[in-house]
Formats: sequence, C-alpha cells, structure tokens
Amino acid sequence: MIDAVDLSLVDWSRAQFALTAMYHWLFVPLTLGLSFIVAMMETIYVRTGREEWKRMTRFWMTLFGINFAIGVATGIILEFEFGTNWSNYSWFVGDIFGAPLAIEGILAFFLESTFVAVMFFGWNKVGKKFHLTSTWLVAVGANLSALWILVANAWMQNPVGMVFNPETARNEMVNFWAVLFNQVAVDKFLHTIFSGFLLGSVFVMGVSAWLMLKKREEWLAKRSILISAIFGLLSSLMVAFTGDMSAKTLAQVQPVKFASMEALYDGSKDAGLVAFGILKKSDEKILDEKAASNFVMKIKIPGLLSIMTGGSRDVFVPGIRDLINNGDQNRNILPIPEMMQRGKFAKGVLDDYKRARLVGNRDQYDVIRREYFENKTFFNEYFRYFGYAFLNSPEDAVPNVQVSFYSFHLMVMLGFFFILVCVLALIMLFRNNLVKNKWFLWIMLISIPLVYISSEAGWILAEMGRQPWIIQNLMPVSVAVSQISAGSVLTTFILFAVLFTALLAAEVSIMVKQIKTGPKH
Amino acid sequence: MTAMISYIFLQHYWWIIVSLLASLLVFLMFVQGGQTMIFRLPANDGQKTMIINALGRKWEFTFTTLVTFGGAFFASFPLFYATSFGGAYWVWIAILFSFIIQAVAYEFRSKPANLLGTRTFDIFLYMNGALGPLLIGTAVATFFTGSYFSLNYMNHVKWATPFGGLEALLNGKNVALGLAVLFLTKTNGLLYIMNSIEDEDLIGRSHKKLIFNAIAFLAFFLIFLFSILLSKGFAVNPDGTVVMENYKYLHNFIQMPVVLILFLAGVVSVLWGIGTTIFKGSRKGIWFTGAGTVVVVFSLFLVAGFNNTAFYPSVFDLNSSLTISNAASSKFTLKTMMYVSFIIPVVIAYIWYAWRAINIKKITVDEMNGEEHKY
Repeated sequence: MIDAVDLSLVDWSRAQFALTAMYHWLFVPLTLGLSFIVAMMETIYVRTGREEWKRMTRFWMTLFGINFAIGVATGIILEFEFGTNWSNYSWFVGDIFGAPLAIEGILAFFLESTFVAVMFFGWNKVGKKFHLTSTWLVAVGANLSALWILVANAWMQNPVGMVFNPETARNEMVNFWAVLFNQVAVDKFLHTIFSGFLLGSVFVMGVSAWLMLKKREEWLAKRSILISAIFGLLSSLMVAFTGDMSAKTLAQVQPVKFASMEALYDGSKDAGLVAFGILKKSDEKILDEKAASNFVMKIKIPGLLSIMTGGSRDVFVPGIRDLINNGDQNRNILPIPEMMQRGKFAKGVLDDYKRARLVGNRDQYDVIRREYFENKTFFNEYFRYFGYAFLNSPEDAVPNVQVSFYSFHLMVMLGFFFILVCVLALIMLFRNNLVKNKWFLWIMLISIPLVYISSEAGWILAEMGRQPWIIQNLMPVSVAVSQISAGSVLTTFILFAVLFTALLAAEVSIMVKQIKTGPKH
Repeated sequence: MTAMISYIFLQHYWWIIVSLLASLLVFLMFVQGGQTMIFRLPANDGQKTMIINALGRKWEFTFTTLVTFGGAFFASFPLFYATSFGGAYWVWIAILFSFIIQAVAYEFRSKPANLLGTRTFDIFLYMNGALGPLLIGTAVATFFTGSYFSLNYMNHVKWATPFGGLEALLNGKNVALGLAVLFLTKTNGLLYIMNSIEDEDLIGRSHKKLIFNAIAFLAFFLIFLFSILLSKGFAVNPDGTVVMENYKYLHNFIQMPVVLILFLAGVVSVLWGIGTTIFKGSRKGIWFTGAGTVVVVFSLFLVAGFNNTAFYPSVFDLNSSLTISNAASSKFTLKTMMYVSFIIPVVIAYIWYAWRAINIKKITVDEMNGEEHKY
C-alpha cells in the first residue's frame, strides 16, 4: 500500500518541520503573554489618564510589534508544510485537521491582524476607548488562534471524534465537540497559554531588571515588574496545575510517552517521581533487562508518580518494558506485539478491500465492507491500532527516552524556578529593596533565555515524545511524508535555516537596540 | 432544515467560499503590486516613506487572507491540499518564501540595528511584490491547463516531473495569467497609492505608470482568457470519469449565465476604475477596479470548479484529476464548517470599520514626520 520510504526523506521532513516549529515558538509565546500585559498597562492609562502609563504601554508595544511580525512569518510556513511535506497525512486526516486551521483563520487571525493595525497606527486616529478595545482584541485574537492550532495538535496526540471511511481511505469527523473538548486539547490549550503568559511576564521582568541595573527608568521598570510579577505568578501556578492535569491525561492516552519522560523502564506500585536524574548513555536494546538500572544518579520523591497518575500510592504505573510485554490490563492497554498484530490485520482488510475495488470485484468488497467496515468491533478492537501495522518491532513504538526525559525535567525544574522568581520579585518590590538586590536583578535578566529554553523543551517533549506517531496509534511519520526527493527537502531545510537564523539575528539586534534606547519621551 | 442540506450543495457552497477568499486575496495583493513600485515610483525619500507606510498598514490583511485561504482549502478540499502542496512542492515553497521575507520587511526595514540594512528589506519587499502575484497567478492557471500528477488508490500523490510544479512556468497560458495577475496587482497598487496618499507630485507620477501597467494587464489577461476559452477543458462525466471537452470553459460561461454576467460586470468595473483615473483624474478608481477584481476572479474560479469541471486537472493521468466532489471533505465537516462560515459577514464588518478608522485621513508628509510607529 505504501511505497518504500526513504528514511532520510522522513528525517529531513521532520527536521524541516521541527526547525520551523521551534523558530515559530520563539515568537508566539511572547505574543500571547505580552499582548495581555500591554493591554493591562493601557487600561491603567485610560483609567488614570497619566501619560507615564501611555509611555510605558508604547514602549512594550514597540517590542511586541518587532516580535509579532516574525511570528507571523514563521506561522504561515507551518500551516502550508502540512501539505508540502506531509501530504499523505493531509489527506488521511484533513477532514478533521483542516477544520481547526480554517476556523483559526476566520475567527482568530483576522481579529488579530485587523486590530493590530489599529493598535499600532490608531493612537492619533481613533478614540482612547476604541484603541484600548483594539489592544484587548489583539490579545484575545492571539490566544484564540492558539486555541485552534492546539485543538488540532491535541487531536494528533489523542485522535477522537472520527471514523475511518474505506472508500476515501481517510478518517472523517463525526463529532466536532469531541474534537474541540478532547481532554488533551483542554489540557494543552490551558498549559500552553499560561506558559505564554509566564514567558511574557519573565520577559518584561528581565528587561525591566536590565533598565534598573543601568539605573534608568526606575518608575517605569518597577511598575512593569509589579504587573508582570503578579501576572507571572498567577500564570506559573496555573502552568504547574495544568501540567499536572496534562500528565494525568498523558498516562491514560500516551502511556509510552509518559513512561519515557520518566525513563521508567520497569513499572511498580508506589512508583516514585524522579525530581532530578542523570541517565546512562545507553545504546542497549530497550527490552534488554540489563538496561534496568538506567540512571547514573537520581533524586526520587517516593510514591509521587503513582499518586499523580491514579491518586494513590497503590496504583501500578507501567514502565516501558511492561507496556511492550504486557500492556496494562487495568486500563485496557494491550501489549505492543498484540497491537501490531491487530494493526496488520486491519491493514490487510483494507488492502483486500481496495484491491477488490480496483479490479471491480463487487461481491468481495461488499462482503468486506459489511463484515468489517460496518462492524464496530472491527474499529474498536482492530482498526484503532492501524498504525502499528507499519512498525518493524515493538521497540519502534518507543520514543527517544533521553530526549523525552531531559526535556520534561528541564521544563518542570525551570517552571518551579520561575514561581520562585515571581514570588521573590513581589516580596522585594513590597519591601522596596529591589534596586539594592543587584544579584536578583541579574537573575531576572538571566531568566529570559531560561524561560525560552523551558518553553521549547515543552514542545520537544510533546512532539518528540509522540514518536514514532504523527497521529497516535494510527499513522507513523514514515507513512505520512510527501513523496518528494530527500534532496529537495534538504535544500529547503537549508534555505529556511539560513533565512530564519538571519531574521532571528536581525530581530534580536533590533530588540536589544530598542531596549537600550528605552521608552521615547 | 439541516437534514435537507445535500452533500452536493455543501461542496458547491465551499467552492464559493474558497473562490471568494481567492478573489479577495488577488484584490488585496495590491500591497504586493505596490511593493514593486518602491524603487522607481517615488521621487524622494519622503514619497517612498509614504508609499511604504500606505501599503504597510494593509500587508497583514493580504497575509491573513492567504493563510485563511490555505486553511479553508485544507478544511473543505483536503485532497487538493495534499495533492498540490505535496506535489507542486517547489512552486508553493517559492510562494511561501516570498511571503516570509515580506512579513518582517515592513517592521524591520527602518529600525536601527536591523543587521541586514534597509535596502535588503526593501529588496525583500520588491521580491515578494513581483514573485508572489506572478507565481500565484501561474499556479492558479494550472486549474485550467492541468498539472502532472497521479494518485494511487489510497489517494497518495506522485508528481510525474522532477521539477515539483515549476514546469508550469514553461506553459505560455500559465505565464500569461501569472503576468496578468502581476500587472493587475501593480495597477491596483498604483490606484491605492493615489487614493490614500496626499501628494500631487506622487499622484502625477503614479498616473504615468498606471497607463503602462493597465495596458500590460489587459494584454496578458486577454491572451489567457481567449486561450482557455478556445481550448479544450477538463469535463467530468456523470460516472466521475474525466474527459477532454472542446471549448469547455466557454461552455461553462454560456451554461452558467449568472457567472457570465458577473464576469462581464467585473471586467467593466475594472476598466471603469482604470479609465476614470486615466481620463478623468479620479482618485477613487481603486474601489471600482478592486470590486471588479474580486468579481472577475470569483467568476473564473466558479468556471474552473462548477458545471462538472475538474478544478485541479491532471494531464498526466486524467482520472486522477480533482473535482469539487472527489476532493471534498465529508458532509459532516463541510456542514460544521458552514456554520462557522456564517461569522464571515461579522469579520468583514469589523475589518471595514477598522479599515475606515485608519484610512479616514490621507497620508501626508507631515503625518509621517510626526508618526511614532513608522515603517
């Protein structure tokens, strides 16, 4: 059914998408967070009428504008890369996946782009209240657009609300609400936008700290820190809360990813959560028992993993090897070899059906359709494992454990660090000794790159942790890829890499210059 | 009521929405057309700044329309998305590339420490202005002339040439439409500049350039139009097979008189906008050519997709051709999306409102000197 796939084509296609997504994600979270912070500042300006607040709003708005344009530039590529590089995927699930992208354009992008023009150019053309409303609408539009693309991404992690149509050889949506209120979508949206708010807050705190270190604009810097530290603290607590929600869902719908991010090879009851650990650099096979002690060192919080996933220390948390060999009977998760068998059976049925259609054997394809494709048991027991038909061995179903583990732990550790930074910033502000504590101003400044690292790590976990799937259990990346030459993709990868890097360098340079110039008088 | 909505109706409804977005996109590419003027039209830096700011305040509408067009096409006709983007790889990548460099160019060009220099960003604007409309026009022409691909029984695309769609540039009809779109956007760009900037000298200079660009547009447009009206087209039989039919697109116009009337009205409106500017010195020509552009492109899309016509034909394998029936999403998805589309009038209303708020006063040198957020 599928032509032999050139692995380097898959790799370069993945590399190109990862490159675009990671660059895009350098700019989007700042837009999500800074848009609200700017809107809050402008609200204070409109309510108090004080020019200092207008000046502050316009300073942060300038930085917002520089960042916004490049976010838009990288975003368009992502949308079209689903077609250019993942065309088989686009057909297989376009019936479901396309809808959120279209809604994103109609409902969110126009809101954002229409009112961003008023926000930038309307200061002297429209009334204060209209301008303020526009600023809020930009923030709402930006976050609405995040909603729809995250609904689409969540569907790839946990496909729901669809059936497979053998005639068209694709999945078709049957329940829009199931797609929209997919538990993964709810978790992912909340976790992502709050992480964006946090990133925006840390950015404002860091830049303000730099102004204070340079003994400039103290009035503006202090108030910026006050607003962003409050916003950041609330957001960081929500990030932690929604992260916990996400983990619980993940344990249900992507158990192998969940075990990989904890590097949990062998499960147990009373399973502990690794707070910090260093993995052995291992090239042993996953199924090899010698790999059991896979940590050089670790600090573990006893029982927490069981409590997190099931609410009690008695809950058994399966490890990677358990999932491969035994599955998890408590949650109706089959062993991977069993899923592979069922997937192969489903694929065989589909191939037979398509072959019968091709040669016009009506009797045969009528029988196949009645017996299988109109039979719920076939879908629930077999077709849901369709993607496993393309795996060569059970280990193929396991993502890169090192990448999953480190990206997860880096994200979480930094997440808790930012809670601390926000709390300390507020304490020092209220004690009025922030300026004296230069060490802390430096910490706030250094937090800027750290918050970006933490944010990117989250997406590395989400996307690389999902491997080998592009759609969990249904389609591996190797089947989804467009059949173009690997050389073409390599060429465009290099073109994009050079262009994005040049634009990023220009953006950072402009941003630094604007910050050094400071707010205009 | 919803039970009465047929699958065929929904397919047509969504082709109309996609066609509308495409036609709005071609009109909004006046921004691109204007960008090709930034080096030779202005007599001084002041004029250049005014031109770039007049266009720069609208670039996001064009960009957003392009993105929404892509999203709507994906949602409603995913097989087109998979086939064309995954097959005509180089054409789409080139189009995208020209749009990435535009998005940052406005914001970065005049900012201090922009590393690449103002001139580089201005060249980016020029490249986007020239390549964007030319390539989009060429790609759309393949809706009438066909492409080289086949689909297997899983609907997976295989492109039959190693050039990833760039071979479309070797077909004269395709290039004629590409050039027609390019000169149309240049014409609209000039008309927009004349409408939104208060500068007598600049208006005079735009006036001179308008004549050449309008004639070039008309010449290439007529070449394309007559060549497709007089050639064979891709007709769909009742059993779904695709065959070549003589004068198919001419037949479509005749068999769909409403579309023909729309098309002719659009052409008249475009000509009126150009004529009234050239001969009467009007500065409101953009409204007529703009509206005419939307109607003409819209009717051409209907001719490409309606009346049992394959809208994305394959000359390599006729029966891999895409129609609004075989490329469409499921009935459920199209219906769900139809409800979402009911919000479009609200979107148009607020765009109109915000557009007027910003354009109520024409751009002047004085405004540019006092503007804090300036490109």
